[in-house]
Amino acid sequence: MNPYQIAKEYNAFLQNESLTEFKDKIDSILEDYRERRGGLIPVLQQVQEYLKFLPPVVQNYVALGLGVPSSDVYGVVSFYSFFSMKPRGRHLVRTCLGTACYVKGIQKVIDKIERGFDVTMGGTTKDRRFTLQGVRCLGACGLAPVVVVDENTLGQVDHAKIVKMLEKYE
Amino acid sequence: MGKVYRTHILVCAGTGCVASGSLKVRDKMISEIERHGLKDEVMVASTGCNGFCAAGPITIVHPEGIFYKRLNVDDVPFFIEELLIKGRTVKKHLFTEEQRNEQIPIMNDIGFFKNQVLVVLKNRALIDPDVIDEYIGRDGYLPTSKALLEMTPDQIVEEVLTSGLRGRGGAGFSTGMKWKFCKEAKGEVKYILCNADEGDPGAFMDRSVLESDPHAVLEGMIIGGKAIGAHKGYIYVRAEYPLAIQRLNTAIGQARDYGLLGENIFGSGFDFDIELYYGAGAFVCGEETALMQSIEGKRGMPRPRPPFPAHKGLWAKPTVLNNVETFANIPQIIMRGGAWFASLGTETSKGTKVFALTGDVTNIGLIEVPMGITLRQIVYDIGGGIKNDKGLKAIQIGGPSGGCLPASIIDTPVDYESIVKTGAIVGSGGMVVMDEGNCMVDIAKFFLGFTAEESCGKCTPCRVGTAILLEKLTDISEGRGKDGDIEILETVGRNIISSSLCGLGQTAPNPILTTIRYFRDEYEAHIYDKKCPAKRCKALITFAIDPEKCTGCTLCKRNCPQQCISGEKKMPHTIDQSLCIRCSLCYDSCKFDAITVA
Amino acid sequence: MAKLKIDDLKKIKEKVQGTIAIRDGSHRAKITVHMGTCGIAAGARTILNAFMDEVNRRGVTDVILTTSGCAGLCSKEPMATVEVRGAAPVKYIELDEEKAKRIFADHVMDEKPVIEFALVQGSETTY
Repeated sequence: MNPYQIAKEYNAFLQNESLTEFKDKIDSILEDYRERRGGLIPVLQQVQEYLKFLPPVVQNYVALGLGVPSSDVYGVVSFYSFFSMKPRGRHLVRTCLGTACYVKGIQKVIDKIERGFDVTMGGTTKDRRFTLQGVRCLGACGLAPVVVVDENTLGQVDHAKIVKMLEKYE
Repeated sequence: MGKVYRTHILVCAGTGCVASGSLKVRDKMISEIERHGLKDEVMVASTGCNGFCAAGPITIVHPEGIFYKRLNVDDVPFFIEELLIKGRTVKKHLFTEEQRNEQIPIMNDIGFFKNQVLVVLKNRALIDPDVIDEYIGRDGYLPTSKALLEMTPDQIVEEVLTSGLRGRGGAGFSTGMKWKFCKEAKGEVKYILCNADEGDPGAFMDRSVLESDPHAVLEGMIIGGKAIGAHKGYIYVRAEYPLAIQRLNTAIGQARDYGLLGENIFGSGFDFDIELYYGAGAFVCGEETALMQSIEGKRGMPRPRPPFPAHKGLWAKPTVLNNVETFANIPQIIMRGGAWFASLGTETSKGTKVFALTGDVTNIGLIEVPMGITLRQIVYDIGGGIKNDKGLKAIQIGGPSGGCLPASIIDTPVDYESIVKTGAIVGSGGMVVMDEGNCMVDIAKFFLGFTAEESCGKCTPCRVGTAILLEKLTDISEGRGKDGDIEILETVGRNIISSSLCGLGQTAPNPILTTIRYFRDEYEAHIYDKKCPAKRCKALITFAIDPEKCTGCTLCKRNCPQQCISGEKKMPHTIDQSLCIRCSLCYDSCKFDAITVA
Repeated sequence: MAKLKIDDLKKIKEKVQGTIAIRDGSHRAKITVHMGTCGIAAGARTILNAFMDEVNRRGVTDVILTTSGCAGLCSKEPMATVEVRGAAPVKYIELDEEKAKRIFADHVMDEKPVIEFALVQGSETTY
């Protein structure tokens, strides 16, 4: 794909997803890191912060901006669990998959969320309200089982109450 | 055990006693003890506040545990002579009981605090981690000044070698040797890296150290930089630790403002700076070569060694990688000497270790204990025993690389060699206590699910092997186990250990091999009897309602997500087994113990 | 900020002991709320705010309110330590807003520790 085409598809994507406000910010990140070694992962982290996900059109644009092959970008995005190629919901529900939470019954909590909102682990509800993810041990084992909704940590979660607790996130 | 002192003199260094001159008392004691040639027999340490500030400076002498009050500098020569030469209790300074606040217990009354030895965590709960001055107030950055102004790189390496410090990230390699190799490696540019990609499920030691005492880690890195000749350090920290990241950023900023990072630190001519790097969520990046690949912006996949990072590491330059806790030990070793550090712990495992104690134990928390303490002391004395008076079934140590140790070997001392003999590893410090309600097949499956997911896929034994193990375990836990499955697990497990590229694969089968070794009967019950003795494996249990106990309150019926419970009000209910998904909601909700699990 | 020299470490240390140490400083009491990830998740911010409200409401100027990292005993969070001049620091556990207010009134203001919320007095041994 030629650079012109990549930029065109990328701009169309921003337009469709109503994300054009971030265009300049992302361009300046790419500018900052162009000359720096090993900048790909920090760049992707910052871009994802704005766009919430990194579909192939965005990956191609980042590759173009940094002057690296787009296969490298895809390789990194697909390797690290922090990066997502699919859109995320308005609220991110992260369930801790650490040993302490497992012992204290996080699986029951997950079952309840999956059934209550018709969503599967790693997926997003149809109305893009919630994205459900498992996360490696959050280190809050004293409060197991732990669910983090956006920035709020819910400790000692009762599986019978989790659906109700999530209802308040619109 | 290592060096044994006949007497320990603890001088209170709480704020109250310091204000009444306790630090001078401590220094005077050390010089008096040296004068009498008793340095190898008597150890002097500082304690936090003992709670009797009004009678300070307070001194406690062990093993007798006798408290002395108002012991000032001028009293020290007489005190030392009476106590150590003549071997008498020094009556003049004896502590009388009415001076303590009887109603609130003191640290020594509470097992959780009493049995801990704080070296790495010495500042916990005492300083504000966002204020560098408070760290300096606790003698912070003095070790750096000593290392930069008074010591040569060789002397620093020598001190760390003397201390016997071994890597706290899991493998337990000698830190001094690592530094020595890298110091001797040729190259103008070298790097020093801090591994803060703490990934073991159930482990949060590094997070806690970074959150409560970030400067100790920075200091360890500066000193390490001087030792190996590196001027640039990176901290690779998990993105899932926002508070640790925030506090590290603050700490680095303040250290730069004070010129403790940057050019010509303390006018020594030594330059050093540190950059933070955020991990992007890949467990394998805790492996050293994978971590370096990740900092270079690539997929975090390990590569074969040699060449070792000490010769070819980050950007192919000589590199040292140590874990957070390892670095946090360094300032203390420099300040107090390697010999002091080596006096703690056992013959081959020196110093202390921080553990994250979690699971079905009464006191969940972060603990620091001397190496050589037994698992029993940790679980019962510090942890306060098993919650709800249940029995102890197993202690999981070392995360997905470690193993499940049964209650029968609870007197095993915690040191690198003894734990390896059990089939587990000390690891980074996760310790999950499990009661009788846990199924060992299920726990092994949990860990294999983790490693199979996190295997980077580069080498076949790990990528394919962990998947085979997981599939077998799933079969067993769902009632499809066959004769010979245990042997297959053992053979495949051993092959993965011997042929994988990196530590992830080389240790991944440990949870299976230890559970087979210690809990073989549970595997056999799953395979031959199609039963889960702990009643955890859903496919092997059935829920039923005991008609004798059921009062027909309808609570279970209303809670059942499958609507498979039927029955009239005030009449015994029944469960339709064909619809039951074994969610256990009925069991959890029943107030009359009428639901049985078999 | 000028670069630190080795003598400056000593000066800072003395300054810190003058201000932070409550015995000789201008402060009569110090409250430390333990705020590691676990403490915050268990509600330490609410406790910090409750103490802050009390400080502001009563207009006291001789009390230091500060934070630290985790105190180690995660299952008893949220925790705080109260130290009043001349007496041992007392660690309080499993706090809520009401308990914090009571501790402020009784321990910080009247210098009488609230025994039923207290776990332990003193601080830990370090080597």
